[in-house]
Amino acid sequence: MTVAPQAPGTTRDPAPRALRDVVFVEGVRTPFGKAKADGLLAETRADDLVVKALRELLRRHPGLPLDRIDEVAIAATTQQGDQGLTLGRTVGLLAGLPHSVPGYAIDRMCAGAMTAVTTTASSIAVGASDVVVAGGVEHMGRHPMGLDADPNPRFLAEKLVDPAALNMGVTAENLHDKFPHLTKERADAYAVDTQAKYAKAVANGDIGPEIVPVAVRSTEQGWGLATADELPRPSTTVEGIAGLKTPFRPGGRVTAGNASPLTDGATVSLLAAGETADELGLPAAMRMVSYAFAGVPAEIMGYGPVPATDKALAKAGLSIDDIGLFEINEAFAVQVLSFLDHYGIADDDERVNRYGGAIAVGHPLASSGVRLMTQLARQFAQHPEVRYGITTMCVGLGQGGTVIWENPHHADYSGHVPATTEG
Amino acid sequence: MAETTQTSQGRTERVTHSLVRDVALPDGGGTLALVTLDNGLDHTKPSTLGPEGLAELTAALRALQQRAAAGEIVGVGVTGKPYFLAAGADLLGVGAVTSREQALELGRSGHTAYELLHTMGVPTFAFVNGLALGGGLEVALNCDYRSVASDAAALGLPETGLGLVPGWGGAYLVPRLVGIEKAVDVLLTRPAANKPFKPAEALEIGLVDELFEAADFLERSVDWAARVLRGEVTPARRELDPQPVWDAVVHATRERLDAVIHGSRPAPYRALDLLAGARTASREEAFAAEDEALADLIMSDEMRASVYAFQLTSSGKKPKGAPDKRLARPVTRVGIVGAGLMAAQIALLVSQRLGVPVVMRDLDTERVEKGLGFVRSTVDKLVARGRMKPEVGDRIVASVSGTTEITDLASCDVVIEAVTEVMGLKKKVFAELEEIVGEDTVLATNTSALSITEMAADLRHPERVVGIHFFNPVAQMPLVEVVNAEHTSDEALATAFAITKSLRKTAVLVADRPGFVVNRLLVLVMGKVVEAVENGTSVEVADTALAPLGFPMPTFELFDLVGPAVGLHVLTSLREDLGDRFPRSAGLEKIVADGTRVVLDAPGRGLPKPVDPAIQGVFGEALPAGTEGRAGTPVLDAAGVLDSVLTALTVEIGHMLDEQVVSDPSQIDLCMILGAGWGFHTGGITPYLDRTGYSERVLGRRLLPDGVANVPGGSA
Repeated sequence: MTVAPQAPGTTRDPAPRALRDVVFVEGVRTPFGKAKADGLLAETRADDLVVKALRELLRRHPGLPLDRIDEVAIAATTQQGDQGLTLGRTVGLLAGLPHSVPGYAIDRMCAGAMTAVTTTASSIAVGASDVVVAGGVEHMGRHPMGLDADPNPRFLAEKLVDPAALNMGVTAENLHDKFPHLTKERADAYAVDTQAKYAKAVANGDIGPEIVPVAVRSTEQGWGLATADELPRPSTTVEGIAGLKTPFRPGGRVTAGNASPLTDGATVSLLAAGETADELGLPAAMRMVSYAFAGVPAEIMGYGPVPATDKALAKAGLSIDDIGLFEINEAFAVQVLSFLDHYGIADDDERVNRYGGAIAVGHPLASSGVRLMTQLARQFAQHPEVRYGITTMCVGLGQGGTVIWENPHHADYSGHVPATTEG
Repeated sequence: MAETTQTSQGRTERVTHSLVRDVALPDGGGTLALVTLDNGLDHTKPSTLGPEGLAELTAALRALQQRAAAGEIVGVGVTGKPYFLAAGADLLGVGAVTSREQALELGRSGHTAYELLHTMGVPTFAFVNGLALGGGLEVALNCDYRSVASDAAALGLPETGLGLVPGWGGAYLVPRLVGIEKAVDVLLTRPAANKPFKPAEALEIGLVDELFEAADFLERSVDWAARVLRGEVTPARRELDPQPVWDAVVHATRERLDAVIHGSRPAPYRALDLLAGARTASREEAFAAEDEALADLIMSDEMRASVYAFQLTSSGKKPKGAPDKRLARPVTRVGIVGAGLMAAQIALLVSQRLGVPVVMRDLDTERVEKGLGFVRSTVDKLVARGRMKPEVGDRIVASVSGTTEITDLASCDVVIEAVTEVMGLKKKVFAELEEIVGEDTVLATNTSALSITEMAADLRHPERVVGIHFFNPVAQMPLVEVVNAEHTSDEALATAFAITKSLRKTAVLVADRPGFVVNRLLVLVMGKVVEAVENGTSVEVADTALAPLGFPMPTFELFDLVGPAVGLHVLTSLREDLGDRFPRSAGLEKIVADGTRVVLDAPGRGLPKPVDPAIQGVFGEALPAGTEGRAGTPVLDAAGVLDSVLTALTVEIGHMLDEQVVSDPSQIDLCMILGAGWGFHTGGITPYLDRTGYSERVLGRRLLPDGVANVPGGSA
């Protein structure tokens, strides 16, 4: 990018050349519901889910003048119907933001919300925005994965992508093939563990403060209020899930027990330039250090977090050993195991998914990225001894995304600090 | 889920169900049971409460009362399906009650259900998510606390406008919540003006405790309920107004009722009686009094006529006898001939509602500019008052143009003439238009008394001429008479109906007979009153003689509003066409010639303007009632004037039905309600003539079948 020379005679201050710190202020989400006709959120619109979450997020930061929001980026994988019509803009209008606040829709399948964060964060870093809203939604009940998709016939004709790679469960089976030591038993054990960790996090109040109650209507039951996640099965045991069907392959290893369920839900977060956060009194829960997306063969899309993480670590000048907390999306247990295995991290390492993961809470595709960040932010506050953490996830068609964050509570925090406490 | 149930009266009830669901309050605050009132139908069919629905609500609330006693729930909330809490009692069901015992039971069954919200054992909350009228609002009033959504369409107690009282607690609870003065507004003033409360207004007077934005209304309401339950929030409750204040307001209101409605209908008085007693009565006494009042009123002809009128005006959106709407010609440009007050008002409305270019033509630039100036100044006023968005105002001003060249109307799809009421002039306008407009352009006339058939007679295509008769003021008056002249084509008629629908007016199809419906009857009334004065009845007696009918204003005030010159013009024109049933009045002619004002100023805001006694001189001195008058007939007293008017109305309606001016008597009622403001309690006019025996006496038959708009004979 070149910088246009300043027109002679103008007195405008030039835009800042230096990159600015980006801080994650706070993330919230709706309860996650079962993507079925009898699910908690079945009759609630996708756009309304984001609107309700956003309004609560803004209520939590009354010091933020709404007209200071420079962008609303909302992700969805299937951008049709109530997830269509440029979500970021419709959500802004429906949430009561001033007309002057722009917005857009964004899509990178499962990493939609993560991409909404990285893209808007980049705009903050270069000085194009000061405060942004980034989030995602997926009402998988209303928008089943791949509905109305029209893959280019060349994918098949030229064998660009194995047709089976369009089915995420099949790619998970492929990972089991590729890494035979990542057995079904290890996957099941991991899954049972994540259910237990989620239940414990709820009991401890680690999960809950970020959940925004959503009024839900059912024509059969009338109005209700969704206040908690619908999908977790805290009493899951290894024995209980051992015999589940393997729907993606006869004699396979991937089951409903060790994969994330189909989910309805929305997330939304607030990010700001460090200096703007100071100006407006917005708390800095995390500072973005670096991020990267990277591709792998679509047939093993679950492996995507590995190259993405390598790339992000390299950009940050860090090694995997510098990372004290991991929030990795659990599309499938085997996909998490392949990541941990690559870096030599134990299946039950306590730095990983301390509050459990998507196998328990669910994975409403394009919204999950901000859930990971929200949970990492709380863990940072609980663990000032940890300086760096990552959020990472795999993406359909063979991608991974990773964001590295720094903990402002750490003694050596390197990021922007409030002016009043500087030197 | 949508279903209907056969009721004891043999009609079907659209049952509103009470769906119950538990809601977890934040921070471990316990369980709130949330009741949703839902008839299982979409937003075009509001939830209403009939016997079955009330029984379901009662059962649901009783079950919750037990759960409350068992400590399972800490509160109860009531809300409704999207856009509605509930639109009120099932009015058709109320109108189908056949005995006073049934009527009494209806009142009691509402109280039985709603009282459970008071005796629940845990606090009760209404989350007014949408429209809440009558019995719907009373659900909320019977709860301990109320929140309202910013987009709720309306809150109000319209009962007294429908011949009823708010008898499910409203009359007792409202004055205690908002004070006696505002209670009079809620129960009497607003219903009379047909103006329910907006959410912010309801909050301001204390009808509700909190207002939350629509986007997350229920979420905020539940959170608020939790804070109330925890004692963090205590909604304010006012002290009862002191007895002297209470009495003074009731007394002043009674005087006002007497001045405005003159005892013409019982409901407002019964409501005021309930308000008067609400301060000292116990809850039980007050509710019993509500039951009795409801039972009496449900068995009154005024109430039955009101239900008939309500249905008539509601169904009036679908005009009777209109041709297939697909025959309507698309309208992309409208011409108005004339730029006078009526023409400019029509131009403004057409531009506003049809969103098409409108061109007004008059003979000289000065008149054209005056017409355009009216459009501009009216738009400015509306924008300044926040009644119109500035960009809408800009569009209207930009889309209404003026011209002195009739050829500028050549490309219009519809041309409405609103020039002076002179046959020759109107014929000339149409003849000129026919030379320049397209083959299928519809030519409409806004004439109020001239023959449209004659107006079209010399045209090559008389079938394209149709009457679209607006009432003044055009923006406010809801009625349009669409006139089917002798040769009018279905296409022209369909176009006229399509336009009036877009203008959001109620259209009534009428035949091309002098004065159509409204002017024919309204001017007849004025003519008969003046006839009595000419004969010797004093102007004061004559002016108020029709008070028992509860018309919107005394006769001479009506003259003043219409303009004596216009009234005289129509009266004369009708006499020429229809004969001496429309009396001549030398006094009236002199009043018009001299430009005399016939009324004094109103003694107070909203009160009628009395006739100026000074105009007595124009007619000659007042003579004692019963003596021989100047016309050789006995001088009439007030009752005599009323009888003379009602007899004349009955005769005239008989002629109109014979002439097939409208398809049936109900269309006359619809016209008089919407075009003359005649009250719901009279059902327009034919229910009144039936129940007072005029139709039987004068015509030898009823106008409407027994029971349609009255308590059926023998069942009371």
